[in-house]
Amino acid sequence: MSARVQLEGLHKTFGVDGHAAPALSDVSLEVHAGELLCLLGPSGCGKSTLLNIVAGFLPPTRGRVLVDGAPVTGPGPERGVVFQEYVLFPWLTVAQNVEFGPRLQGAPAERCRAIAARYLHMVGLSEHAAKFPVQLSGGMKQRVAIARALANSPSIVLMDEPFGALDAQTREVLQEELSRIQRVEHKTIIFVTHSIREAVYLADRVVVLNRAPGRIKEIFTIKLPEARDRFAPEFTRYESEITRLVKEEVARVHE
Amino acid sequence: MSTVTDLVQWGLRGASLPRRRALALRLGVVLAFLALWSLASGLVVLLGLFNPIFLAGPWLVLGKVWELALSGELWGHLGATLERVAVGFTTGALLALALGLPAGQWRAVRNLLEPIVEILRPIPPLAMLPLFIVWAGIGETSKVAFITYATFFPMFLSTVHAVQQVDPLLLRAAASLGARRPQLFFRVVLPAALPEILTGIRLGVALSFFVIVISEFIGAEQGLGYLINDGRNFFLVPQMLGAAIVLGLLGYAGNALVVRLGRHWLRWERP
Amino acid sequence: MIRTLALPAALLGWATVTYGNRALEVMNPALLPTPGEVAAVTVALARDGSLARDVLVSSGRIVAGFGLAAVAALALGLAVALYAPARLAVEPLVEFLRPIPPLAFLPMFLVWFGLGETSKVAFIAYTTFFPMFVAVTASLLRVDVMLLRAAASLGATRRDLLRRVVLPAALPGIVVALRLGFGLAIFVIVGAEFMGADAGLGNLIMEGRVFFNPAQIVMGALLLGVLGSLVNGLLVALERRALGGRALR
Repeated sequence: MSARVQLEGLHKTFGVDGHAAPALSDVSLEVHAGELLCLLGPSGCGKSTLLNIVAGFLPPTRGRVLVDGAPVTGPGPERGVVFQEYVLFPWLTVAQNVEFGPRLQGAPAERCRAIAARYLHMVGLSEHAAKFPVQLSGGMKQRVAIARALANSPSIVLMDEPFGALDAQTREVLQEELSRIQRVEHKTIIFVTHSIREAVYLADRVVVLNRAPGRIKEIFTIKLPEARDRFAPEFTRYESEITRLVKEEVARVHE
Repeated sequence: MSTVTDLVQWGLRGASLPRRRALALRLGVVLAFLALWSLASGLVVLLGLFNPIFLAGPWLVLGKVWELALSGELWGHLGATLERVAVGFTTGALLALALGLPAGQWRAVRNLLEPIVEILRPIPPLAMLPLFIVWAGIGETSKVAFITYATFFPMFLSTVHAVQQVDPLLLRAAASLGARRPQLFFRVVLPAALPEILTGIRLGVALSFFVIVISEFIGAEQGLGYLINDGRNFFLVPQMLGAAIVLGLLGYAGNALVVRLGRHWLRWERP
Repeated sequence: MIRTLALPAALLGWATVTYGNRALEVMNPALLPTPGEVAAVTVALARDGSLARDVLVSSGRIVAGFGLAAVAALALGLAVALYAPARLAVEPLVEFLRPIPPLAFLPMFLVWFGLGETSKVAFIAYTTFFPMFVAVTASLLRVDVMLLRAAASLGATRRDLLRRVVLPAALPGIVVALRLGFGLAIFVIVGAEFMGADAGLGNLIMEGRVFFNPAQIVMGALLLGVLGSLVNGLLVALERRALGGRALR
C-alpha cells in the first residue's frame, strides 16, 4: 500500500519573463516506498512548491514526477494531502469529512461509516464525530485532516508543514501520534517542515534545501530507532549537525 | 455617557443588560411609542390643530386592520400581493441561480452576461416599471415580471461572487481526495457558496416587497399596495397605515423564513 | 478591458435586437425603441429645455432629502453609539419601521405634505435615513476595543479616544453607509415622481407611459443609470482619496 516517488530534474519558475523568479532548480530525488522523508529548509526555499508539484496542484516548468513509474498530471486520490491550514470542509461534520474520499469513490454508506469510525478512533476523536470543524481546536482539526487523508487509503501522503500553526505542546503530541500511526500504516510520506527537531524526530531521511533558487544541499539518513527519544545523545548530534548546515545557509543569504 | 473605563472594558457596545431588563426596556419603549402616538392624535382632535383624519391614532389603525380581516376583504388583498411576490421572486431566484452559477464557474459565460448586467444594473429598477406596463399591460404579467426583473440583479451578482470566491484550497483538498469536476461543483463549490447566495436571496425577498407596492399603486384592483393608494384617494388614513403595517409584517415574516432556513442549512457556521 | 468593452457590446446588442425586430416585425416595433429613436427623443427634449429642467428638479430633491437624512443619521448614530440606553430605546422602533417597505408610506407623505416639493424631499429623507442610521451605528459599534485599550494605555483621554480612535476607525464604514443612502435616494426618487409630480425624471418616464412613447421611458431610465453611476463613481473616487488604502472594497 505504499509507492515509490521519483522527482526528475524539476525546475519551477514563477512569474512571466523579465520578472521570472526561479523557485526550484534541478531537483532530482527518489523517495522510497514506505519511508518518511522530510523536506527541510528556511522559508522561501521552495519546499512547499516542491510538495505542490508532487500533489499535482502546480505543473513544473521542466522535469517530471513519477509515482510507481507513472507521471503525475494532476491531483489524485493515491496522493493524500494534509495542509498547514487544515482545509476541512466546514459544512461537513468531522465524520463526514473523514468519509468524504470513500464517498466520492461511491463506496456504500455502511462501509464509509465503518472507515470513518476506524480512522477517527486512530486519531482519538471518536467522541467528536458529530461536531462541525468550527467547534474544534487547531490540534483536533489537524487530526481530522490526517484521518481524512488516510481514510482514502492513499499510497503516498504529502504533508505541508502540518503542525506549523499549532502550539509547541500540541505539536509534540501530534508528532508522536504521526510516528505511531506510521509504524502501523507504513505509507510513503513526504513531510515539509522548517523545524529541525521535528525533522529529526520523524524522518527516515532529511533533505535539506538551499534557498533561492531551491536545490538539494544535502541528504541525511537518520539512523535512529523507530520510537525516538528527543533527549538521546544521538538525537542531539543529528540536530546540531543539521543546524550547523542550515545556519551556514541562512548566513549566506544575509551576506 | 461612557467613561474611559467603560470604553476600554467593553468598547462602544457598553455592558450588556440582563435579559429581563433589556426585554422590559424594549416593551416599555414600544408602549411609550403607542402612548405618544395616541396622545398626539388625541391632541389634534382636542385642540383642533388640523383635520384629524390626517393623523389617525394607533387604535383606529389597528381597528381598521381588524375590521378588514373580519370582513374578509384583507385576505383577498394579502393573497394577491403574496402571490405576485411569490411567483415573481421565485422566478427571479431561479434565473439568478441558473445564470449566476455558470457565470461564476466559467469566464466565457461571465463575459457574455457582463455587458448586459453592467448596463442595466445602475438603472433604478423602478424606472423600468412603465416599460413593463407598456409591454405586458397593466395586469398580473407586468407586475410579476417586474419583480423578477428587480430581484434578479442582486441575487445574480451575489451568486457569481459567491462562486468566484470559493477558497481554492478547498478545491485542492477535494481534488486530492479524488473529486472530479461535477463532484467538485456539487460537493464543494455549492456548499461553500451557499452562505453568500442566501444573503443575496434575503436581499431579493426584501426587494420584492419593496417594489411590489409601487406596481400595485399603478393600476391594480387588488393587493395591499392598491389598498394604500385607494386610501389616499379617499383620505382613509387608517386604511393606508394599516395596509403598510401588514406589508411590514409580511416582509418581516419573509425575512424570518429565509433566516430560519439559513440557520438550518448553515448550522456549521456557528461555533 | 472587459468593462470598457461592455458598453459598446451592450449597445450593439440593443441595436441588433431592435433594428432586427423592425425588419422582421416579431413584435410591434413601437414597443422596442431603437437607439436612434431614443437619441431623437433626447435631442428633442434637450432642445426645448425640459430635459435640463427635469434633471435639475430631480437632483435638487435628491440632494435635499439625502442631505437631511445624512445629517440626521450621523448625529443620531453618534448619540446612540455613545449612549447605550439610547440605543436600547431606539432599536425596537427601528426594528418596527424597517421591514415596512418605504414606498408603502409614499401616499401617506402625499396626504400629509401635499403634492409639492416638501412631500418628495421628506419621503427621500425618510427612506434613506434608516439604512444610513443603522449602518453608521454599526460601524461605530464595530470599533475594535483593542484599539481603544492601546490608545488609553498611551494616555488618551475620553475626548482623544472619540476624536482620534473611534471616528477614524469608523470612517470607512460611515462613508459606505452614505454611498448606500445615496443609491437608495436615486432608487426611490423615481417612485416619488411617478405619483403626482409635474417635473423630474420620474415624471418624464411616467409621461412616456401615459403618452405611449417607449423611447422616452428608455431615455429616462438610461439617463438615471448614467447619472447614478457618475455620482457613484465620483463618491468612490472621493472615498479613495480621503481614505487611501482604508476604503472598504
